[in-house]
Amino acid sequence: MIPTVAQEVSFVSSSRTDDADPNPVSVTQPTRIKSVKAKERRRKPADKRKNLEILFFISPALILIAVFMLLPIIQAVRFSVYNWKGFGPLVDFVGLKNYARVLQNEVFTDAMIHNLIIIGGSIALQLPIGLGIALLLNRKMKIQSLLRTIIFVPYVLSEVIAGVIWFQLLQPQYGVVDTIISKLGIQGPAQGWLGTPELALWTVLAVLTWKYLGLAVILFLAGLQGVPSELYEAAQIDGASWWQIQRKITIPLLGPTLRTWGFLSMIGSLQLFDMVWILTGGGPANSTTTMASFLVSEGTKRQNFGVAAAASVILFVVALILAVSYQQFVLKRDSQPDDERTKPKKVKA
Amino acid sequence: MSTILATGPQHTPTQAKRAKKRSKNQGGNVLVYALALAVVALTLGPVLYGVLGGFRTNAQLAQNPAGLPAPWVLDNYLGVLKNPDFWNYALNSSMIAVITTLIVVIFGVMAAYPLARYQFRLREPIFMVFVLGLLFPATVAIVPLFIMITRDLHMGNTWWGVALPQAAFALPMTVVILRPFLMALPQELEEAAQLDGASRIGFFWRILLPLSGPGMVTVGVLAFVGSWNAYLLPLLLLQGDMRTLPLGVADYSSEHSADTAGVFAFTALAMIPALIFFLAMQKRIVNGLQGAVKG
Repeated sequence: MIPTVAQEVSFVSSSRTDDADPNPVSVTQPTRIKSVKAKERRRKPADKRKNLEILFFISPALILIAVFMLLPIIQAVRFSVYNWKGFGPLVDFVGLKNYARVLQNEVFTDAMIHNLIIIGGSIALQLPIGLGIALLLNRKMKIQSLLRTIIFVPYVLSEVIAGVIWFQLLQPQYGVVDTIISKLGIQGPAQGWLGTPELALWTVLAVLTWKYLGLAVILFLAGLQGVPSELYEAAQIDGASWWQIQRKITIPLLGPTLRTWGFLSMIGSLQLFDMVWILTGGGPANSTTTMASFLVSEGTKRQNFGVAAAASVILFVVALILAVSYQQFVLKRDSQPDDERTKPKKVKA
Repeated sequence: MSTILATGPQHTPTQAKRAKKRSKNQGGNVLVYALALAVVALTLGPVLYGVLGGFRTNAQLAQNPAGLPAPWVLDNYLGVLKNPDFWNYALNSSMIAVITTLIVVIFGVMAAYPLARYQFRLREPIFMVFVLGLLFPATVAIVPLFIMITRDLHMGNTWWGVALPQAAFALPMTVVILRPFLMALPQELEEAAQLDGASRIGFFWRILLPLSGPGMVTVGVLAFVGSWNAYLLPLLLLQGDMRTLPLGVADYSSEHSADTAGVFAFTALAMIPALIFFLAMQKRIVNGLQGAVKG
């Protein structure tokens, strides 16, 4: 995944600058030689100065990352092998006991399963629906840009605001969702959608789908614009139907966008916290606890910092395993055949 | 997609075929518009219901949950606007988002510059540090981060205590987006600046910064959005008067859970400034997200 993201970003920007600089290769080639010579002349006395400049430019970002990202992560690993309630020094070394406690805790293993359900469910719902909407919107329509904007609205709301609104809509009996379905003759669950353990996780999934579908649509639409229109024209002249064109041309060419979107969606689902915390707080009966909500409540409510740290290390390892296997089994397809397609463009950059 | 063909007459084989396509297309369009309408209703419905709910009384909401305001009541919204807490939360959210954005943009473009345009041995390894940083979600570090900021740095209930770690976690994405952007600026510019006697720092200030405006706006908007919507880190670090809007909304809704109309008004007002800003910046957000996904 790591090189892919970087490559694709560079691909994006190179195509972006193509407009401003139509023929960079032919122009830069002769001048580059000159610049190397000029640099060599300046190099020796300027070497120290150059290094100082590099240090000056890079160190603020690196220091910030070291202090606020690396250090806490190292600390998380350190805390995870101690029994520590937040008072006094770290003395009660317990080895891997915290890990065993976390992994034997049914609340945590269920939380892992909930995260997996959210990952799978999000992709299973948003991929077909998002793709359907994107394909429908990808045609000349007067109101297209308005529709895009509207679909984007839930995404720009914070999870908290979306969660608070949905919490009210989903109130048992007098919430608007129950009112509407009761007019259709369906009785909402007595404990409410979020209060029934069997339904709560699926309700959270539905709200998440509402919130993040817009992102999928917007990204898919952007990907669709990268499909050259000559392909459609050629296929149409050959007598292909609309559906055939979508299935044989559009969707395969959208592959890289879909796969990378899937990666983002997966990483987001793994870290799911805000929406769950607002809608259910992890309940009822821990039926919606996620790994993140587990570690936050262990850490802040019970002050079990060692256990919380072990849970966060496990969360990271799970994320890493999923990310690497996604890279291996899904994204790999992009970096191989796609290289041939993108290489000539990348050379320009 | 048949519209493309219909508008390009030089490709159309025969008039008859064209007419047929067009009529088929129009039949399809009715369905498309109907589906689009359904999507819009489902997307905007909950948001509009919240906004309209703020114009109703709790009695109206209880009597007919699915109804419209009758009569329209302004009290809920006025109550929130007169509530000093609301303005306090908004100020905290704004300040934290502005500090985060400034740090991310300034440090990000500074770090991206040598990584894009200097030749040195550690260039790729240092860039890899930023790329690997993408893999670390803030959730993993949240507990030690909370302890470090409250106890060691004594920045527990402050704007900076939230802004600095947020900026740190936003920097990898910023550098990964900005570096290719800076790399793509033509080499001749640098040479011309050198010939005119500008140092590399002079080039950075006078030429590179102004030219990388669009890239900086994109990463800035992404950082701002991330900070404005953030919940977990502020939840652990901020209390009382220092809370941000998401915390305020969440607490208001649990403290006044019986006052549904008041919750709707509070929530609606909390989302309006963000909504306006984000919709105005929609292109930038989408560009940035696409940059992260692909072109």
